[in-house]
Formats: sequence, structure tokens, C-alpha cells
Amino acid sequence: MRITQGTFSYLPDFTDEEITSQLDYALGQGWALSVEFTDDPHPRNNYWDMWALPMFALADPAGALREINECRAIYPDRYIRVNAYDSRRGRQTVALSFLVNRPAHEPGFRLDRQEAAGRSIRYTTHSYALDRPAGDRYAPK
Amino acid sequence: MTERWSAGVLHYAEMGYWQPDYVPKASDVLAAFRITPQPGVPPEEAGAAVAGESSTATWTVVWTDRLTDYEHYQAKCYSVEPVPGQENQYIARIAYDIDLFEEGSVANLTSSIIGNVFGFKALKALRLEDMRIPPHYIKTFQGPAHGIVMEREYLNKYGRPLLGATVKPKLGLSAKNYGRVVYEALRGGLDFTKDDENINSQPFLRWRDRFLHSMEAVNRAQADTGEIKGHYCNVTAATMEDMYERAEFAAELGSVVVMIDLTVGYTAIQSMAKWARRNGVLLHLHRAGHGTYTRQKNHGVSFRVIAKWMRMAGVDHIHAGTVVGKLEGDPHMVAGYYDVLRCDQAEPDPLKGLYFEQDWASMPGVMPVASGGIHAGQMHLLLHHLGEDVILQFGGGTIGHPMGIAAGATANRVALEVMVKARNEGRNLLAEGPDILRAAAKRSPELDMALSTWGDVSFDFESTDTPDVLATSTPGSA
Repeated sequence: MRITQGTFSYLPDFTDEEITSQLDYALGQGWALSVEFTDDPHPRNNYWDMWALPMFALADPAGALREINECRAIYPDRYIRVNAYDSRRGRQTVALSFLVNRPAHEPGFRLDRQEAAGRSIRYTTHSYALDRPAGDRYAPK
Repeated sequence: MTERWSAGVLHYAEMGYWQPDYVPKASDVLAAFRITPQPGVPPEEAGAAVAGESSTATWTVVWTDRLTDYEHYQAKCYSVEPVPGQENQYIARIAYDIDLFEEGSVANLTSSIIGNVFGFKALKALRLEDMRIPPHYIKTFQGPAHGIVMEREYLNKYGRPLLGATVKPKLGLSAKNYGRVVYEALRGGLDFTKDDENINSQPFLRWRDRFLHSMEAVNRAQADTGEIKGHYCNVTAATMEDMYERAEFAAELGSVVVMIDLTVGYTAIQSMAKWARRNGVLLHLHRAGHGTYTRQKNHGVSFRVIAKWMRMAGVDHIHAGTVVGKLEGDPHMVAGYYDVLRCDQAEPDPLKGLYFEQDWASMPGVMPVASGGIHAGQMHLLLHHLGEDVILQFGGGTIGHPMGIAAGATANRVALEVMVKARNEGRNLLAEGPDILRAAAKRSPELDMALSTWGDVSFDFESTDTPDVLATSTPGSA
């Protein structure tokens, strides 16, 4: 399967040039870039690991692309996303967020159902990868 | 003053409801009415009559006014101006002291402002065009249960409009067939599916069965894609007790959103907004019925006023027009509605139908929903006109896809993402939009089929509700 989180998951994976255009747009809006990675892509996992701090002072997209590529080199088998953060009052939230790396194989999720009274069902989204310990989930040694 | 208090009938203007020198206070509630006086009624008297009937007055002098600080409670019509290009129509601006209204009650506000006055014989027609609600009064309302920012963080979706579809046919499907449509649309790439306004709990499909099957579909699609999905469970019902019961069941099943219709009434909407905040569930509002009083330009209530009231009442979503679809909506007017729902500060803008400034005092924004006769081939227009904080709902444009519902959903999602990408790259959507779509369709058979099926469909009818400003008076409009 292909996880479709992020702004551009229905398009072919971006080239570095396409990533740079998006970074350039975000910086032009006054947004701060940051890179995050995870091996727990549950749709409600809000807290991916931070690759250093958000780059509040960065003005050149090449600097952010360098960070993305360093993160990719160390974690080629994780999900990596780049976020653009809008700190203006009334927003103070992420403005753009898209995947820039995926594991080679994405096993996806199982839907667990617990039957309850009155034909109700309690659902749990279970990530196959999470059956293995953190750090050893997508490229087991 | 003695004449003012003699028993009998006085003109409203002479009773203090016409005050051309009045300067509105920052805390006043302001209203702009379009008035069409009966023959022989001077426009100032008509404006004063509206001010009187929507505040303290009755048809005759009453001595009991003198038991009160009546000048404080009288609404004041402070300006009457002819509408450019319209015969015998005037915009009357009226100021109401904030003491006239109960805190946090849309029902009370509207009982004054539109309560009696619309049937008034001295007027041929009357339309409430806009209101300025002062921050003093705004702060007494809960506002959106969650608002745009919280909704995005809740759904983990940023940087693009959200996508939805209303299940069709809207009436007649059994629970199992209904859930199939939800599942296919969500797994194909939509964020939301939606009950329609009139699917409540009919003999062919009771609400509980619909919710059970829809939530099975939502959860399966979520596991298939790794993305949060939702279905607007319509909890509209005959009584508050029924609505709470249905909403609680939807929340229990893990639904991220419930839905109500405008027909349930302002008080029920405010109650559901409180319920939605308490339970961490988004609240979707379908504006069922609004066209009966918003559409005609000379009589009724403008939708921008309804939008304002609904933001105060506390909904998270409201249908607000598409510009390009099958339903009424002049582009400038729709831009005005979207500003009312999303901006924290707005300046008067006659072209958008905004008569006053509005300070929302940090009240969160409402996500506008564009729904009705739109398809993937219009994606560049939709993004250009409506921006990013909007839900684009393609019902027929998803479910009617020749390759199936999931393919229809995928076509819409691909078209959306490629258009956002192009916009961010600095490309001119209006000029290049169709080319951008065609290029993306080479890699997406679903989009290719959508474009060849609907590419030429448009609904080019004249809007009935259009701005009345003269073209020459608006800089840049030529």
C-alpha cells in the first residue's frame, strides 16, 4: 500500500527540484521549515521525531534540502516529511506538510474490530510495522 | 417635547428613530437594510420605521416610554442612501445599543433585528444586507466548536482544500449500499463523505443503521490509506433529545464529525455547537432552506448575515457557494461570504457586499463548503476563487465517474494536489489550469476519464444577487 498522508501523496514522489520549489514557496510566505521522521505512521501519531529544530532563521531553500538529504541518508527506511509552519496570530499551525521519503516497502495497516453490544464495533487501526521494536520496523536487520 | 408625548400616531422619524447626526459607538450593533418604501413614504421615515419596529417602538405613542431611558434603547437610523442603479431602493444604516440584546443568543439578536419588521406595511420590501457585530458582543458567543486551525490539526491535513462528496442517490439506499458508497469514495482519496440534508431516519434507512455502516466504511478506508477519514453523520431530527441521542451514538462509534441542517433553528444549532465542543466532534451545517430568504435581492436576509450568525452560533463547517457550480452565487458575493467565515478582521467592501468593518476578536474561523455541480475539470477555478481553507464537495463528480466511485475520488484528489503544487510553483492557474490538468491526466487514467466525461460542463446563468456598486466606483474593477 501507499500511505496517503501529506499534501501531495497522490502525485508521483517529488524530485529534489520539485521539493525545492515548494520550499521556496513556503519561505516566500514567511513560514519556517522543519523536517520530521518516523517509523510509526499511524494517522493519529502527531509527534514524529524532530530532525533538529525548526529552521526559523533559514531563508535559502537549499539549506532545507540539505537537511532533508542528511535525514534521508541516515534514515532511508523511515517516513520523512517537511513541514512549513505559519506563526501568525490566528494560524500558529502547520501550513504545508508533505512526505519526502518513504520506506521501500509499506506494509500498511490492519483494521481490528472488537464486537460490542447492539451491533456496535470498536475499531483500532493497527500498523503491521509496529509489531517490531522502534528503529527496527521497516528494514529489519 | 409636549407634542412628542401627545396621544396618537407620530411619524417614527419624529419619535427619535431618525438621527442623521448620530455617530455609532464602538459597542453598537450596526445593521444595513435595503428598503423599498411604499409610494409616498419618504426614505428617512421608512428607515426610522425599521429602526423603531426592530427596537422599542409600536404604532402609537405610549406614555410608558417615559418610565425608561428610552433614548438609550431606541435604535437610531443614522444614514439613508439611494442604491446605485436601482429605482426606489435605499440602504438604511441603523445602530442598536448593545443593551438591547441578550448575551450569547442568536435567537434573541434575530428576534429583534428580523423579528417583526419584515412584514411592515409601509415597506414594499426589506432586506437585511449586513451587520457589524462589535467585539463586546462577539465575546459573549462560544463561536466555532473547533474552528479551521483545530480541524486541520485534528485531521492531520494541511496545505490544501479538503475533499468531500455527498452520498447519492440521497434517498433510497439501504444501509449496506450506503456504506459501500462511503467506503469507495474515502478509499479512493476523499477526506469526507456526507449525508445529505434530507436523509435523517426514513423507513428505507434508519439513522442507527446508517451510522453503523458508514463508520465501518470510514474505518476501513482509514486503514487502507493511513489517513484520517470522516463521514458527516446527519443528526437532524424532530427534537433536541433525538439529536443528542444520534450525535452521542456517532461520537461513540468514533466519528470525527456530525452534521445538522439550518432548518433545526438557531437555538438548536447553538446547543449542538456546545455539544460538539464538549465531545471533540466537528459540527457540519448544511444551509437547507436558506434560498427561500437569501436569494432575492430586494427582500429577505443576505447569506452573509446568516454566515455571520452561524460563526457566532458555533458551527465548524457551512455551505457557502461554489462560484462555478449549479447553485446561485456571484463571485464577488461568494468572496464576501468566505471573508465573513474565515477572516479575523474585515474592512467594508461594497463589491463583496460588505457594508461594515468586522472585528472577530480572535474567534476561530468556519470552514466554508463548496458543493453543488462541481467537477475535477474546474479545479483551477475552484482553487483560484475559493483558496485553501475550504471543503470542495464533488457528489455527482465522484459517484458518477464511469470507472467507479473510488476512481472518481482519485481523479478529484489528483486534480487538487496537482493544482496546489502548480500554484505553489508560481504558475498562473486561470491561464494554465486546463493544461496542468491535461498533463496530470496523462499519468492518471482516473483524471483523464473525469475530464473527458465532464470537462465541458458548466452552469452559466446570471446570478440574482449581485453587487450594486457602479463599475466606475471600484478601483481596479475595470
